[in-house]
Amino acid sequence: MSLKGKAAAIGIGELKPYREPTDATALDLMAAVAAEAIADAGLEKKDIDGLLVGMASADPGMIYPSAIGEMFDLRPRMLNVLDIGGASGAGMIWRAAAAIDAGMCNAVLCLTADLNRLGRRRPPMISLMYEFEAPYGAIGANCGYALIAQRHMAKYGTRPEQMAKIAVDQRTNALANPLAFFNDSPLTIDEVLNSRYICEPLHLFEIVSPMSGGAAVVVASPEIALRSKHPPVWLIGAGEGSDRSSVTYAPEITESAVKGAAETAFKMAGVERKDIDLVCPYDCYTITVLVTLEDAGFCKKGQGGPFVMDHDLTYAGDFPCNTHGGQLSFGQPGLAGGMSHVTEGIRQLMGRGEDRQVKNARLAYVNGNGGIMSEQVSLILERLS
Amino acid sequence: MSEYIKPLPQPSKTSQPFWDAAKRHELMLQRCEACHRFIYYPRARCPHCFSDRLLWRKCSGKGKLYSFTVVHRPSTRLFADGPYILAIVELEEGPRLTTNIVAPAEKLKVDMPVTVYFDDVTPERTLVKFKPAE
Repeated sequence: MSLKGKAAAIGIGELKPYREPTDATALDLMAAVAAEAIADAGLEKKDIDGLLVGMASADPGMIYPSAIGEMFDLRPRMLNVLDIGGASGAGMIWRAAAAIDAGMCNAVLCLTADLNRLGRRRPPMISLMYEFEAPYGAIGANCGYALIAQRHMAKYGTRPEQMAKIAVDQRTNALANPLAFFNDSPLTIDEVLNSRYICEPLHLFEIVSPMSGGAAVVVASPEIALRSKHPPVWLIGAGEGSDRSSVTYAPEITESAVKGAAETAFKMAGVERKDIDLVCPYDCYTITVLVTLEDAGFCKKGQGGPFVMDHDLTYAGDFPCNTHGGQLSFGQPGLAGGMSHVTEGIRQLMGRGEDRQVKNARLAYVNGNGGIMSEQVSLILERLS
Repeated sequence: MSEYIKPLPQPSKTSQPFWDAAKRHELMLQRCEACHRFIYYPRARCPHCFSDRLLWRKCSGKGKLYSFTVVHRPSTRLFADGPYILAIVELEEGPRLTTNIVAPAEKLKVDMPVTVYFDDVTPERTLVKFKPAE
């Protein structure tokens, strides 16, 4: 059993993230990106017969997919909600392919949108686990990733400027992306290191900025894909895994389930790390990218710091990474942010990267990450020449 | 004395003995009678072997500082009373805990030995924190 070449991404829709609140609800944003993605795929709404949605943290509800289906007057033959945090977007892509391969449907709309809810967060006290976290101030994701960074620095000698370089190169990419929120001024390593500590050792500019926004992808059967408007981007490898919810109980916090997910994806795809033309690893923090690149096998464990210093991570560089700017510069529209890595991978392989197009891009590695590196989804996408 | 506004644990039937012990300034964890491993946080069944034969045992209170962060800007105003040190401590007995370190950040190093410190944050509730070992 394999999902290699069983389905392809044929259309995308994406909003430019924005920070200030408007009257738009998360469902309004979903409608906008759904319409754009379906049109981009060259399909009509009636052609969509599968629906995967990410629950908006701004608008949580039960029995969500059918409510969305009803709003858009869809008649899905497969519908589900994905609840694996920032990994949900990437997780939808292989689930769509699996449903198509199983003959359950032919064209799946993978849909995410969310609103910026900063300042309206309440301490979570909803489960046994939070009983042992929130009283100590382990609230929100910042502190969890800071714990990972601190131990990575102690264990492997990783340096602050190495982590900062990731944010700097991704900003260079964002300058060439009109959809990125932070696309008007470059960033330097000194600026990152001189920005204030939020959770030491993480500085402000190493941390995503919460936004509103959304993105959607249409995944279709080979039959539909072969007559699609844009070059189809085939899913040729996928893997998923989880080894924790809270970072405290991870087997080893400097490592993650990316390892198993990437291993599975590369094995399925039958390609090597060196064959990959661009990577889009989920980036809620600089340390997330560093750990992901190590665990996905692009460098040795613990060598992520020297690796990012030795390579140019920009779209024109020798190791293009998050060419849309990553969430660090693109913006993080809540739980929808993880879809931006998927759409960028697809955009580049379709040859629609415009000013930031990676030359001859044929193979992309995309990673989705939820929680405190809790849920991982690795995808390998290919454009056939 | 100002009112304590931070979140407090709301014990379940399963976890009550842990918090009762903390109030007595004792660190007690469940130990599995089947596979002999200590577990944390308290559960109805052992996460390693699924046995429900779990007994409360007193722990040494000694461990090492697995990782830590100085939280300068907390995600909630409830913790806005100044930077605090959030940490993961790995106990001698094996399990890790989310906790706070009560010491200046400059004195801390990953993997240094730490020892339990019981913080009576309210008359009813004691949190299990740590400080560098003497």
